[in-house]
Parts: sequence; structure tokens; C-alpha cells
Amino acid sequence: MSWKLFMLLVKASGLTLVISGVSILIGLALGFVICAGLLSGTRGLNRAAELFVSFFRGVPLLVQLLLIYHLMPALGINVSSTTAAIVGLSLCTAAYQAENLRAGFGAVPRGLLEAADMCGFSHFQTFRRIRAPIALRLTLPAIINEAVLLLKASSLVSVVGIVELTRMAQDLASSTYRPIPIFASAGLLYFIICAIVAGIGALYERRQKWARR
Amino acid sequence: MNSTVPAIRISGLTKSYGETEVLHGIDLEFASGEVTCLIGPSGSGKSTLLRCIAFLEEATNGLISIEGEALGFAMGPGGNRIRLPQAEVRAVRSRIGMVFQQFNLWPHMTALGNVAEALVTVRGMSRSDAEARATRELERVGLGHRAGHYPAQLSGGQQQRVAIARALALDPRIMLFDEPTSSLDPELTGEVLNVMRQLADDGMTMLVVSHEIGFAASVGSKIVFLDQGKVLLEGSPTEVFGKPRHPRIDQFLDTYLDRGAATLI
Ligand SMILES: Nc1ncnc2c1ncn2[C@@H]1O[C@H](COP(=O)(O)OP(=O)(O)O)[C@@H](O)[C@H]1O
Ligand SMILES: [Mg+2]
Repeated sequence: MSWKLFMLLVKASGLTLVISGVSILIGLALGFVICAGLLSGTRGLNRAAELFVSFFRGVPLLVQLLLIYHLMPALGINVSSTTAAIVGLSLCTAAYQAENLRAGFGAVPRGLLEAADMCGFSHFQTFRRIRAPIALRLTLPAIINEAVLLLKASSLVSVVGIVELTRMAQDLASSTYRPIPIFASAGLLYFIICAIVAGIGALYERRQKWARR
Repeated sequence: MNSTVPAIRISGLTKSYGETEVLHGIDLEFASGEVTCLIGPSGSGKSTLLRCIAFLEEATNGLISIEGEALGFAMGPGGNRIRLPQAEVRAVRSRIGMVFQQFNLWPHMTALGNVAEALVTVRGMSRSDAEARATRELERVGLGHRAGHYPAQLSGGQQQRVAIARALALDPRIMLFDEPTSSLDPELTGEVLNVMRQLADDGMTMLVVSHEIGFAASVGSKIVFLDQGKVLLEGSPTEVFGKPRHPRIDQFLDTYLDRGAATLI
């Protein structure tokens, strides 16, 4: 396989990285909001958040992507297919991250919050200084796991015409009739990107000396 | 401060969880500067009583006042109990420090961070002033050299002393201890009890739930024996532990008495 072909794959993996990276970040931020809804005492918010989560977890991502891709123009929102893909991926991963965060918040021992109460913290102060940092730390492995899953699932966005890594590999394989080296290279590139994401997570985790409990 | 106003006054306190009443009409007073040890069999309601005094639990009925000020509820004009606003609860509660069986240190902060945190977040002190104060408190419990350690890097006894320092940094008038040594290895209880003994000598008002009968008998100026959600006995250590003893006390001592205590009583 020529160097030139390989570089085409590398370039396409850049697009994979951008689309999934942006979706991971948006998904995480949105996941926080949904998680707040899941934990909220307000019934309406609670129901809405639960509905969101069950929809995006219960419908295949491929169907979600196609739906969003066709729905947005139908609603008069004209966006590029890249934007549609990012919207689809972000919404989907947000549902999973919200569930991860909910589990993390639930796992913060109650006594730690009572200690904050006894030190005079307001609800918001307890959230900001005690609850959120601990929940985030407890959730980190699950968050990274979901990020890696999303990276791999991003191959599905080829259905809305985006030539990311998987699609590029398919195109090259059919034009060169050399599928094995091309798909092997694509696999290697996915592997490297995922390793980088997982590595960033591990690094962050290790920086926190209090990991051992 | 009027010395006749008790540090804590509890009147007619009941607490139910659902249908089950676990505290049945508690009336108690604790004087300023007094060390009271609350003892009793497991499940008798000691923790629940302490948590009501800390307002971590809301009493179902009855009133609690801290140095004369109503905590959480006050008697309304019609003789009905009214809930006080949260800001008032916080103000009265700020006079109370609490030490938990499980330490409850915040794992993502160092010992110094744990002690300094509320000084910054709640009291609005600068980080450097707060840390200077926190350092003094850690030194007071003998842990100046462990300031930079995370809770996970400390022994149980050290963690509990950090927790005491964290409470003391906020200048409480009253300290509550719920079985502060019960989750420690026996060889580590001494260091925590010594800190508490020092605190008692300094004149702190303390309410201690503990099965350390030796500590209760030697440091406590008053013993309250709780049994099945009621105060069965209260008095000086000699009155409660001396002979002739109430049969329930005998029974209790059979279960919990440590070797050191036998010589003290
Ligand atoms: N959150 C709760 N919900 C229901 N029952 C409780 C709760 N906390 C304590 N109890 C019950 O109240 C009683 C007194 O408990 P507790 O105050 O913990 O006793 P102690 O500290 O003396 O061992 C026990 O029967 C216990 O099962
Ligand atoms: Mg208890």
C-alpha cells in the first residue's frame, strides 16, 4: 500500500477525530444538564430528562443520524452534513454521559455531604466544592469509556455522506481492490486515536493522588 | 453569656421514621463546658439523638435550643411548632461542630484543604489566612507534619484527628462526637481520645456517643444512658456506674466494658 493512500486515511482520521472530539465535549456538557434534570426534584424536568435518555439509548444511532439529517432541513434548519452528524452524535452520547454522571452523583457518600452541611456550606457550595468534583472523579472511567465508544461509533456518520476514516477506507478499498491493507490501516488508526483518548483519561486520573480510597 | 442558659436544651423530642418512633420524648439539658457521654445499647437511638441536635435529622416533635436560641423549630403563638428559615438554622448550627464515626473527610482535598475549605468557602477568608489557621488546627491535633497528605494516605486515627481539626477551625461552641473511635483499630483509639481529652480540659462543651466506658467514666462530667429511645438514667459517672447499679447498666457493661474501665469505676 502506497504512502499516499495511507496519508489519505490519516487525513480522514483527522475528520473522525474532530467530529467525535467536538461531540464528546458537547455531549459531556449536555450530559451534565440532563443529569441535573435526572436528579432534579421537579417532576416535569425529571420526566423530560428520563424521556431524553430512554429515547437516545433505545433507538439505534444509525437511525438517529438519518432522522436528524432529514429532520433538520424539514424543520427549515439548513446545516451541513458535518453539523448534522455532530448534533446526532452529541445528543446520543449526552444520554449515556448523563446516566454515567447520575451514577457518579449517587455514589458520593452521604456522610461527605453531611460534613459539608455541618461546616455551614450552602447547597450550591456543597455541589461545587464537594459533590461535583467527587462525582466527576468517580465517573471518569465511565466517561472515558463512553468517549472511546463514541469515537468508534462515529464511523456511522458516513451514512450522511461524510468521508471520515471508515468511509475513506471503503472508497479506497473499492477503487484499489486492496481491501486488506487498507482496512488494516484504518483499524490501526482507530486503535491509535482511541489509545490517545484513553491515555488522556488515564493521565488525568493518575494526576489525582486521592484516587486510592 | 448568661451561665444559667444551658448549651443545649432538648424538650419533648420525639423522632419517627415512617410509622416507627425511635425516640420517645427526650428531655435533656447540657451545661456549658460540660462533657456528657451518651451511652446505651446499639439501636437505642444515640446517633439519631445526636443527628437531631446537629439538625441533620428533623425531630418529629419537640424543641431543641442551642445556647438559648431555637434550632430549626420554634414554638408559635398558638402553641404549634413552626419551622425556622434555613438561614437561621445555619446560623444556630454554626455553633456546633460534629465528628462522625466514618470521619467523612473530603477525599479530593489534602488534610490542610479539608480544614481550610470552609474557612474560605463559607467564612470568606483568603486562602492564605485560611491555610495559616488550618495549619494551627492541625498542629493542635498533632498533625502539622501531615498537612499535605490526602485522607487516603492517612491512618484512621489521623483521619479522625483531621476531622476534629476541621470542626475546630470553625470555632464551634459545642462539639458532638458520634462513636469517634468505633471504626478505628484498637491501637489507634488512644490518639483520638487524647485529643478529645485535651479539648475537654480546654473547656469545650462536648456530647460524646461512645462505647469507650473508660473515657466516659474519666472525662465525662455526666453520663446519659439511653435505652430503647428513652433516657433511662442520667447522672455523674459515679452515680451511673457506681454500686448499686441499675440492672440494665450491669447488662450493658457486661457487653461493652473494656479492661481499663474496671479500675476507674
Ligand atoms: N434513616 C433511618 N430510617 C429508619 N430507621 C432508622 C434510621 N436511622 C435509624 N433508624 C432506626 O432508629 C433506631 C435507632 O438508631 P440509632 O440512632 O442509629 O441507634 P444507635 O446509634 O444508638 O445505635 C434503630 O432501630 C434504627 O434501626
Ligand atoms: Mg449509632
